[in-house]
Amino acid sequence: MKQDVIKTAPAKSRSEMIGFVLMVVVLLAAPLFVYPVLLMKVLCFALFACAFNLLIGYVGLLSFGHALYFGWASYVSAYAAKTWGFTPELAIVAGTLVGAGLGLVAGVVAIRRQGIYFAMITLALAQMMYFFAVQAPFTGGEDGIQAVPRGHLFGLIDLSDRNAMYLSVVAIFLGGFLLIYRIIHSPFGEVLKAIRENEARAISLGYKTDRYKLLAFVLSTALAGTAGATKAIVLQLASLTDVHWTMSGEVVLMTLVGGLGTVFGPVVGAFVIIVMQNELAQFGQWVQVIQGGIFVICVLLFRRGIVGEIAALLRIRL
Amino acid sequence: MIEIFGIPSQALFGQLLLGLINGSFYALLSLGLAVIFGLLNIINFTHGAQYMMGAFAAFFLLNYLGLNYWVALVLAPLIVAATGVVIERLFLRHLYHLDHLYGLLLTFGLALIIQGLFRNQFGSSGMPYPIPDSLRGGQNLGFMFLPNYRAWVVVCSLVVCFATWFVIERTRLGAYLRAATENPALVRAFGINVPRMITLTYAFGVGLAALAGVMAAPIYNVNPLMGADLIIVVFAVVVIGGMGSIMGAIITGFTLGIVEGLTKVFFPEASNTVIFVIMVIVLLIRPAGLFGRTA
Repeated sequence: MKQDVIKTAPAKSRSEMIGFVLMVVVLLAAPLFVYPVLLMKVLCFALFACAFNLLIGYVGLLSFGHALYFGWASYVSAYAAKTWGFTPELAIVAGTLVGAGLGLVAGVVAIRRQGIYFAMITLALAQMMYFFAVQAPFTGGEDGIQAVPRGHLFGLIDLSDRNAMYLSVVAIFLGGFLLIYRIIHSPFGEVLKAIRENEARAISLGYKTDRYKLLAFVLSTALAGTAGATKAIVLQLASLTDVHWTMSGEVVLMTLVGGLGTVFGPVVGAFVIIVMQNELAQFGQWVQVIQGGIFVICVLLFRRGIVGEIAALLRIRL
Repeated sequence: MIEIFGIPSQALFGQLLLGLINGSFYALLSLGLAVIFGLLNIINFTHGAQYMMGAFAAFFLLNYLGLNYWVALVLAPLIVAATGVVIERLFLRHLYHLDHLYGLLLTFGLALIIQGLFRNQFGSSGMPYPIPDSLRGGQNLGFMFLPNYRAWVVVCSLVVCFATWFVIERTRLGAYLRAATENPALVRAFGINVPRMITLTYAFGVGLAALAGVMAAPIYNVNPLMGADLIIVVFAVVVIGGMGSIMGAIITGFTLGIVEGLTKVFFPEASNTVIFVIMVIVLLIRPAGLFGRTA
């Protein structure tokens, strides 16, 4: 993905700071204009897309199976909250750990190959775990896990209150977003970008690139797990759609539309795609056709994505 | 009834045959992927949709034009290959100078479009396609009953696979193809039209997928989603076999079909996942796949 990813300089940029402040303001004002449950769904997918972008945008690894970590984390946190009576924060931590654990196992296998092979292996592993999810007794098969209780945050704050739930999701999203921001601007992040640009040279400089790639992979899957777990609590549902490979495709689409390798791209992309799905839900399979069309257009004409194009136009970093 | 390892022989050989049939489709599809990947360096994610289009083409030819299976077996792959020519000229051509991943993303988008359109038109339930009259019935082999149509599928795909292998590995045309993957500029200097060769190669790979679709129609019904999940299993087959190798695609395709069939007899719960488990084991031991060369 070298050609179209925007080159990032090491120093923190002012445009990213302004962008961040703007994003926080928009997030706090948005529930006045948009249905909050839709916004919370957007934020879960935005975190998911940011986690995915950490790999594709900064390490150059296309994982085509990220639904595995998102979906399984959502199953585990839904089950923990419903059957074991976990509080929401513990359920989300459990989901995050599941994402990290599965990511570690899948990463060890997949990191051994690069490029297209890496994409195909991650996809195949995700499909394997999809079949486990279909057969495992605790996932509820076709029905999924329904009526997941939102519970009380830290045993105190009642999350059935819409504002409390919304602010919690905003806090989780911003936490994940800032963590990713911190990672890509750290020395570790610089090594990741070096691997993206020229892995052979990074190896010759003495970096054990496999370890760096594996750590980045696990960080990404852990955050994808956080996103999936949060979604299960917010929408009170964990289902097969979240582990199916079409979900892996959707997160690629969100990131591509927003802009690969941009800090804000995945957030904008998630918003565009989720709102589009929501508006077009009545047209059935046309949603899939339109998504496919967006894929084709983005790849052919629009490889920098929305945020990438804006950043290029204004000559700033976003 | 004879029992082998406590399993009735009918069931064992029945599943073995089913595995061999699935293996035929895995082999044909992974062969098509290998041919396309070899020259275009593109993972053709549309392959599953093109397999489905082959089955639908046969269905249309029969129900709207009254053309039977044998005509469809020739015409349907040609029709679908023609759509492949359009895809290559319109879209893929613009991506060769970019990272390979863009080809994967583009063909993924195309697969979504094609499957969505067919689902809009035909719903998700399957439509029956009759077995041709001349292949009805079967042979009693004593230890099992062998339906003629299934025997035909296995034999036909074996012949097509080895014919393809022969053309690519043993003829002058194949030598040009292989040379063009190594050094297109040099091959062009010999006066060979490389862009046209690339277009036709893509069309040929797509035609192989469509041929598999026609052969699958009487067994699995005709369904817009028939290729969607199959393609990921085929990706796993390709990873196990090693992308560089035509022979690897054929041998692993058949072998993994049989392994899957046997798993269905002994551990039915694992039958959906056994190929992926094998993929993990193979990758841990040989990251380039069984027949692949390390890059």
